[in-house]
Amino acid sequence: MSILVDETTKVVVQGITGREGSFHTERMIGYGTKVAGGVTPGKGGQKIFGLPVFDKVKDAVSATGATASVIFVPSSFAYEAIIEAADSGVGLVVCITEGIPVQDMLKAIAFAREKNVKLIGPNCPGIVSTGKAKLGIIPNSILRKGPVGVVSRSGTLTYEIINNLTLAGIGQSTCVGVGGDPILGMRFSDILPLFEQDRETSLVIMIGEIGGSDEEEAARFIVRMKKPVIGFISGKTAPPEKIMGHAGAIVSGGSGTAESKEKALKEAHVFLANHIHEITSLVKSLLK
Amino acid sequence: MKLHEYQAKEILKAQGIPVPQGMVVDNPADGLSAGESLGFPLAIKAQIYAGGRGKAGAIRIVFNREELQKGLTEILGMKVKGLRVKKVLIEKGLDIKGQFYLSITVDRARQSNVIMVSDAGGIDIEETAKAHPEKIMKEVLKTPHILEEGVVRKLISFLRLPDDLCAPFAEIVRGLFAVYLKSDAQIAEINPLILAGGNLFIACDAKIIIDDNALFRHQDLKAIKEESEDNELEKEAHRRNLAYVKLSGNIGIIGNGAGLVMATMDEVQRMGGRPANFLDIGGGAKREVVQNALEVLAADKEVAGIFINIFGGITRCDEVARGIIQITGERPFGVPVVLRLTGTQCEEGRRLLEKSDLVSVESMEEGAKKIVALVR
Repeated sequence: MSILVDETTKVVVQGITGREGSFHTERMIGYGTKVAGGVTPGKGGQKIFGLPVFDKVKDAVSATGATASVIFVPSSFAYEAIIEAADSGVGLVVCITEGIPVQDMLKAIAFAREKNVKLIGPNCPGIVSTGKAKLGIIPNSILRKGPVGVVSRSGTLTYEIINNLTLAGIGQSTCVGVGGDPILGMRFSDILPLFEQDRETSLVIMIGEIGGSDEEEAARFIVRMKKPVIGFISGKTAPPEKIMGHAGAIVSGGSGTAESKEKALKEAHVFLANHIHEITSLVKSLLK
Repeated sequence: MKLHEYQAKEILKAQGIPVPQGMVVDNPADGLSAGESLGFPLAIKAQIYAGGRGKAGAIRIVFNREELQKGLTEILGMKVKGLRVKKVLIEKGLDIKGQFYLSITVDRARQSNVIMVSDAGGIDIEETAKAHPEKIMKEVLKTPHILEEGVVRKLISFLRLPDDLCAPFAEIVRGLFAVYLKSDAQIAEINPLILAGGNLFIACDAKIIIDDNALFRHQDLKAIKEESEDNELEKEAHRRNLAYVKLSGNIGIIGNGAGLVMATMDEVQRMGGRPANFLDIGGGAKREVVQNALEVLAADKEVAGIFINIFGGITRCDEVARGIIQITGERPFGVPVVLRLTGTQCEEGRRLLEKSDLVSVESMEEGAKKIVALVR
């Protein structure tokens, strides 16, 4: 099993000829992902890494039978790219691009939902089911196959944690970076039920951060979960009323603070890590 | 990007939403002549981003020339929550028959736009929201970009407005929604929305925050961005397109990804240090971005040491290393720099930095410990 993607997932890369798109496509292929082709408007008919390039996502999907798309286009074109992907027949769209206007995302998410397409991101590192498929930018070298599911709102902090696990000899089943923006496709509460059902996952790590209420929302599902969940909240020392980067980490009033999130998670019997190195030791003790 | 009250009001006015007659000045002499041409009573309102201006004495009602002069000299130059008042808005007094609250923002959880109204508008709206949530109506839009007539009717019936006020109020709601969408706002708020004589609604105070990610399609608003920063370092950092927030400590922090930077700050704090800033170079940063980041921290006199924490994913460590070399090679830092470099292309990055005098560490925990020890 594993969640959302596996060895049968066929991927089309939007923005495959761009700087980021080509760099990471090569690494996705290197990881063993079945990349079927790519899309760059105006470059249809060309080849890159021996793969066909198309002008439109629909053309790529009908020619290759792709089942998922991963988006690397610049932010000012990303809205159109998501809409095009959601309308192309693939069931899963992963949007890596950061800096997409919020109002564009509201429209894009409503559209994806209408089309019954799963969207991961934007502003995310993507998803990897270890040893099977990687859609996104999580470095190959830090991954190791194993029983731990990882879901996170952060990108690089996720690598940090995966890396620590791997160095400690603990492998991962699927790692999902849901993204750091205020408006996201799949959220914690969409991913956790999949992990709960997944036979390859025996424990889940959820990495949240200040802002929004996704962690509080997730807590309501975690209460009913059989599998143990380890939680970590980043931004405990961030001052209130400040916007920390594009993270959408806006703290206002009582909701969205680290305290509010940690409280909700504790009440849901989540194993809370106070700092990131504690995560690995918690995993070790729970996997025994 | 936050707009000043007067800038927000210009946008509202252009949309046909009535605002008080007023003028912006930056010195008492101009303020006096503006006041005399407007006529008393007047309101003097400090143009800063901090909330709670009224409670801080940065808003004053004056009834004659002497009071105006006194108010201008006291408010111009005063500090509110660390921000210096450089401009004031002088406005003609209003005949107040009612105070409403009206705002539009993004509801993250429901993933749509939400309109909020109350007939208990004014400075205590946040307390009202906590103590009497029933006095505020929140209406989440079914389709984020469409304001259905049914929604406007619901808001009106919640406020129990008399018949002759329904049409003018509906006009204000539609106007604010148009402003919200057109300017790519994250928040568009009128508080209080004053009901004055002649069934006229007037936006007495207004707050608009623009989505920075949408600025690429708002050339008209870019000029405002320049003047909207208060802290010189933040201004410089944002001019260089860096996600930077000045904090009160002495350990400069640079990292890639907001989550990692925040976790790095948490870690430095846990080791007993105090972060001087939040600085996220973002994903896929090229060497110029790293250079810019280091230059901004070098300009911060409070920084006694720097911790650079990079976990390469879309960001390539060799590119980061080249940025660091550009700076440290030319002008060595006067403060210790601890570097943690791992992930994509990190071997190449480390090789490039072999000869530098940076303190290289393997993990974030080790780096935090080291920089805290070095600045002691």
